[in-house]
Amino acid sequence: MISLAGRDIRHEWGKYVFTGIGLGLLIGVTLTMAGVYRGMVDDGKALLDNSGAELWVVQKETLGPYAEPSSLNDDAYRSILAVQGVAQAANVTYLTMQVRSAERDVRAMVVGIASGEAGTPGWPPYLVAGRQITRSHYEAVADVASGFALGDRVRIRRNFYTVVGLTRRMVSSGGDPMVFIPLKDAQEAQFLKDNDAVLQSRRRTSENPAFNRAGVPGLLDAVITSQSRNPYVNAVLVRLRPGYASDDVAESIERWQRLTVYTRPEMEGILIGKLIATSAKQIGMFLVILAIVSAAIVAFIIYTMTLGKIREIAVLKLIGTRNRTIASMIMQQALGLGLIGFAVGKIAASFWAPFFPKYVLLIPGDTIAGFFAVVVICMLASLIAIRAALRVDPADAIGG
Amino acid sequence: MSTGIRIEGLTKRYGEGDTAVDALKGVDMYVAPGEVVGLIGPSGSGKSTLLKCLGAVIEPTSGRMILGDDVIYDDGWKITDLRALRRDKIGFVFQAPYLIPFLDVTDNVALLPMLAGVANSDARQRAVELLGALDIAHRAKGMPSQISGGEQQRVSIARALVNRPPVILADEPTAPLDSARALTVIRILHEMAHRYETAIIVVTHDEKIIPTFKRIYHIRDGKTHEEAGEGRALNEAEQG
Repeated sequence: MISLAGRDIRHEWGKYVFTGIGLGLLIGVTLTMAGVYRGMVDDGKALLDNSGAELWVVQKETLGPYAEPSSLNDDAYRSILAVQGVAQAANVTYLTMQVRSAERDVRAMVVGIASGEAGTPGWPPYLVAGRQITRSHYEAVADVASGFALGDRVRIRRNFYTVVGLTRRMVSSGGDPMVFIPLKDAQEAQFLKDNDAVLQSRRRTSENPAFNRAGVPGLLDAVITSQSRNPYVNAVLVRLRPGYASDDVAESIERWQRLTVYTRPEMEGILIGKLIATSAKQIGMFLVILAIVSAAIVAFIIYTMTLGKIREIAVLKLIGTRNRTIASMIMQQALGLGLIGFAVGKIAASFWAPFFPKYVLLIPGDTIAGFFAVVVICMLASLIAIRAALRVDPADAIGG
Repeated sequence: MSTGIRIEGLTKRYGEGDTAVDALKGVDMYVAPGEVVGLIGPSGSGKSTLLKCLGAVIEPTSGRMILGDDVIYDDGWKITDLRALRRDKIGFVFQAPYLIPFLDVTDNVALLPMLAGVANSDARQRAVELLGALDIAHRAKGMPSQISGGEQQRVSIARALVNRPPVILADEPTAPLDSARALTVIRILHEMAHRYETAIIVVTHDEKIIPTFKRIYHIRDGKTHEEAGEGRALNEAEQG
């Protein structure tokens, strides 16, 4: 038996292919939306992977440092180092801000990393160009997505930093590229105000009789000094000694240091389950709407094509064609449209994904799921047309 | 030996009660194998209803229909597989050819045997032979849109004949054609009826072709009346 659907498609291939391309662009958008979500999840995982930490010690009862503000004293790491099972502990600060280079502003996550050497928690694990930070001040390592180049001078708050190294896939959960600077500089950047504000603050403090007592020399200077430095960090990143379970060490730190500690799975849960949950729902809604629109388009096109062949269908039925042959013809056409659309959509998504400002991750699993979704949608969409075709009375082929 | 088609006391009632309409009121008809008869009558006389009953697309209310060697309807009893019946036992030629636009001429004809389970190559072979017999073998690879109206009607005749049905129902087959082509189509039907021992019923209003029938059934108010036709030779008819 010949393929009626194949012949019909071949007969009207122009209409069919152009409709498939239109549908394909819609499917491409759908695949891209899924890729945006995967990119967000991957960014979050990359953030955790690249931190090099196994535990995140944060301010008690906060979801810091990525999902909520967290602040703990910068000497807390010393006592954490003393906890059994801890191999390395390093302070880290995170601050999302505009970083300026020449006339350009780049939204970036500025990461303050503790002094040490490559491999210290918080440090970029690898570089694609240049070197790691070796000086205590005014050097930076930037992610290539920032657009900065080696030797560029970037401004963070009041200070300029020289880009000495470039890294890759070091992004915040929001997809902003990271710029690593020395911890002391980062603490200052978080806290440091402009000169006018500093003067105003000092004047206000000196006019406060509680701090400026005639009988207590040195009090005012001590207060002003304490006000002009930032002794806080956002988190302490911890790496464990071999053979220690992260849950056990986390429990020890929480019990003895009165801090909150997250393990890797917990932190992943916070990032994916809380930080990007709303975005995921948003994207999920888009996917549902796009799926419905795709189904509606396929249904409409196939229904219209079927209505255009009502007389031929009546003749086919009159001359003895089985209903299932006619239903199969319509379903095959819907599936053919879906396959063309899927192929076009996959190619389109792969083509335009690199141009998106945020990371779009097209994974084979989503492609396969998308393929089966398209198949199911096309099959469902063809049901309306099949119903219309099966209701055609073969008597309609006979006049009168 | 096939017995053509025989109809006895066929009735068809649409609706019930006060709104019931009797479209057929006891039709008797017989067409022998190899015979072509005309079925004529005014609009609303029951021609289409009779054709649909004969074509097994609507069920009569009562009566008896024998097609070939098979009783296909007998006072409420009917053959179960009407689809196979239409495919294997009845050929249809319509007012317009109604060819499948996305199949070429050969496959339009070969589709029926294919539907009946004949291998594609055999079905195509059968179609090509029939197209040759109808003098349109040269159009075998063409698409319906690429051939003339007369050629399309020949293809539809080939489609009706390809499964060698005992009966062909032709519903105004010459309506869209000019006189010459109309008579050509009727001559082909006569030749095919003779060659394949097929009983052919031609529903028509066409005054040009009515004289070519040896027997004519007039249908009026749901009843048929048989009368002898002129049976004019086709070459005579073609000359006017």
